[in-house]
Amino acid sequence: MEKKITIEPVTRVEGHGKVTIYIDDEGNISQSRLHIVEFRGFERFVQGRPYWEAPVLVQRLCGICPVSHHLAAAKALDVIVGAGTGDGLTPTGEKMRRLMHYGQMFQSHALHFFHLVSPDLLFGVDGDPIVRNIIGVAKKYPELAVQGVMMRKFGQEIIRATAGKKIHGTGAIPGGINKHLTQEEKESFLKGADPLNADKMISWSVDALQFLKDYHKDNKDFIDNFAAFPSSHLSLVRKDGALDLYHGVLRAVDADGKKILNDVDYQDYLNYINEEVRDWSYMKFPFLTEYGKKDGWYRVGPLARLNTCEFIPTPLAQKEFEIYKAYTNGKPNHSSMHMHWARLIELLHSAEVIKDLLNDPDLMSGELTVKGEKRNEGVGLIEAPRGTLFHHYRINEHDQISMANLIVSTTNNNQPMNEAVNHAAKQFMTGQKVITEGMMNAVEVAIRAYDPCLSCATHALGQMPLEIVLKDSSDKELDRKRR
Amino acid sequence: MIVAKKILIYGYGNPGRQDDGLGNALVEDLENRARQEGLDHLFFDSNYQLNIEDAANIAEMDLVIFADASTEEINDIDFTPVDESTHVAFTSHAASPGYIVNLCREIYEKTPAVYLLHIKGYEWAFKEGLTAKAYKNLELASSFIQSKIKEADHLIESFHQIKIT
Repeated sequence: MEKKITIEPVTRVEGHGKVTIYIDDEGNISQSRLHIVEFRGFERFVQGRPYWEAPVLVQRLCGICPVSHHLAAAKALDVIVGAGTGDGLTPTGEKMRRLMHYGQMFQSHALHFFHLVSPDLLFGVDGDPIVRNIIGVAKKYPELAVQGVMMRKFGQEIIRATAGKKIHGTGAIPGGINKHLTQEEKESFLKGADPLNADKMISWSVDALQFLKDYHKDNKDFIDNFAAFPSSHLSLVRKDGALDLYHGVLRAVDADGKKILNDVDYQDYLNYINEEVRDWSYMKFPFLTEYGKKDGWYRVGPLARLNTCEFIPTPLAQKEFEIYKAYTNGKPNHSSMHMHWARLIELLHSAEVIKDLLNDPDLMSGELTVKGEKRNEGVGLIEAPRGTLFHHYRINEHDQISMANLIVSTTNNNQPMNEAVNHAAKQFMTGQKVITEGMMNAVEVAIRAYDPCLSCATHALGQMPLEIVLKDSSDKELDRKRR
Repeated sequence: MIVAKKILIYGYGNPGRQDDGLGNALVEDLENRARQEGLDHLFFDSNYQLNIEDAANIAEMDLVIFADASTEEINDIDFTPVDESTHVAFTSHAASPGYIVNLCREIYEKTPAVYLLHIKGYEWAFKEGLTAKAYKNLELASSFIQSKIKEADHLIESFHQIKIT
C-alpha cells in the first residue's frame, strides 16, 4: 500500500509550501511534489492603477526582495515612457539603479547564507533543531552571526540611500531615478566606521567563501551529490557574456553547456517561454517553448547564472569563478548544494560592484531621467537574488495598467525544486519507515538551496511549524509529527 | 542632567494587505506628532517584517515598542512584554520580536526593554487602506502609546523586574 508523507509548511523558506512524498509498499519513493498552496492574484491587484505607481505597488509582493520587483517594474515602464529597453537611461539613472540592485543582492545573499544555510552546515543536516538555527550559530560562532547581521544592515542602508526608504521605496521611476547619492552617503559607505564600509564587506565576503570552501573539502560527497541532477539553465547575461545582474540578453544553456537560447532580447520573451498549469499547484511551470513541457524546463538563480555567463567583471569574484568552473572542468554545474557556492561568489561580486559604483562621480550629479516616444507595452527583466524575474505590462489610453504578467524567480525554479525534493527524498527516505528530523530537514535543505519565495505576502505567516503527516494511499493518516 | 531614554517604535506589516499595515500606520502617525513636538529621543522604523539586522537596531535602545497587526481574537489592542524566543522554525518572513530580542542578547549582550503592541485587524486582502474598524483601533493605539511614552522609565523598570522575577 502506498504511503504519503506530507511536510507542511516548509520551514525557513519565504512563505508557505507543502511537500508530499509518496512511498510504496517496498519503501521506495514513487513521487514527490512541492505544492504551492497560496494563490496571490497580485497581477489583478495592479490592473486599473496608473502605470507610474507600479514600481511602488509591486514592492508589496515580497518583504525580502522588494527592490527586485521595484526595479523590474521600473525597467518595464522605461520601455513604456520611451526610455529604451534597458540601455537608454542616463549614466546617473542606470548607475544609481545598479547600486540599489547590488545592495539588494548583497543583503539578500548574506541573509540567506548566514541565517538560513549556515545552521545546516555548522550543525549538520540532521543536527538537533534546538541548536540548528541562527541563535545556535550566535552562541557557538558569534562572529559569523555578527557578520550576517552587519552585511545585511549594510545592504539595507545602500537600499535606503538609493530607493529613499526601506518600505515603499520610490527611487526608481519610469525613465530613470529620482535622486542622486549625496557626498555624505558616499563617504559613509566607503569610509564608514568599521565594519559598515565597502572594504569590510568585501573582506567578509571573501571569508564567507573560504568558510564554504573549507566545509566543501570536508564534506565533498554531501555538497557534490546531494540533490544533484542535470538540467538546462537560464539567465540574463551582458552582451559580451559577462555576469550582469541588472541588465542583458536572455541566454539558456543545456546540461552540456550548449546554448539553446542564444542571447535574445527579453522584450520578445513570449516567443521563447511558455508556462504549464498543473492541477496540484497554484504555481505554474515555465519551459522553453522550443523544447516542450517535458524537456524545456530550466533552473534560474546563482547556479544558473554562473553556468550561463562566461566571466565575472570584477577581479576577486572572477578569480573565485575560475576556481568554481575548474571544479566541473568548465562544464555546467548541476549540484543543488553548489548553489550556495555560486551565491557566495555573487555576494563577493556584489560587494566589489558596490565599491566601484560608490567611486563613480556619475552617482552624485547628472541628469536623472530620460523620456521618449510613449508605447503601450513594456517588459522588464532583472536577475533577482533567487533568479530571473519577469515583469510585463500593457497600459490603456487612460494610462492605466490593463495587463500585468509576472514570472517570479521561484516560479522559474518550480520544476527544479520538485526535482530536488525528489532526489533528496530518494537519498534520505528510501526504505525508511520512521520519519526522522534529519529526513525532514533533508527535504527542506534541498528546497532552501533554491531560496524560494513561495508566498511574498508577509503577514499571517508568523508561525511556521513543521508538520509531517504520514498517510496511506487511501488518505488515512498513519503518523503525524510536528516541531 | 537628566538624559532622556532612547525609545524606538517599530511598526511592521504589509500596507498592501489592508489592516496588515496597522503597525506601519501607527509609526507614521506617531512620527509626525514627534516631529511637531521636537522629541528627538524618539526613534521610528517601519518595515514589511522584522529581520535579523533589527537585532543591531534595538541594541542601542533603552525601550523598544514593536507594533504589529493581529489576526487573533484579542481586544482592540494588546500590550505585552516580549519574551526571548528560541523558536527554531525561522523564516526570513517570520522573525518574531522574541527572536530579535534573543539575537540581540546573544550577539550584542544587550537587553533593552521590549514590548509588543498588537492592534486588532479585520481584513487582509490585496488592497490598500485600513478598514474603518481598524482605523478606530489605530487611533486607540496611538493614544495608548503616547501615554506609555510618558512613563518610559516605569515601563523599562517593570520589564527588567519581570525578567528578574
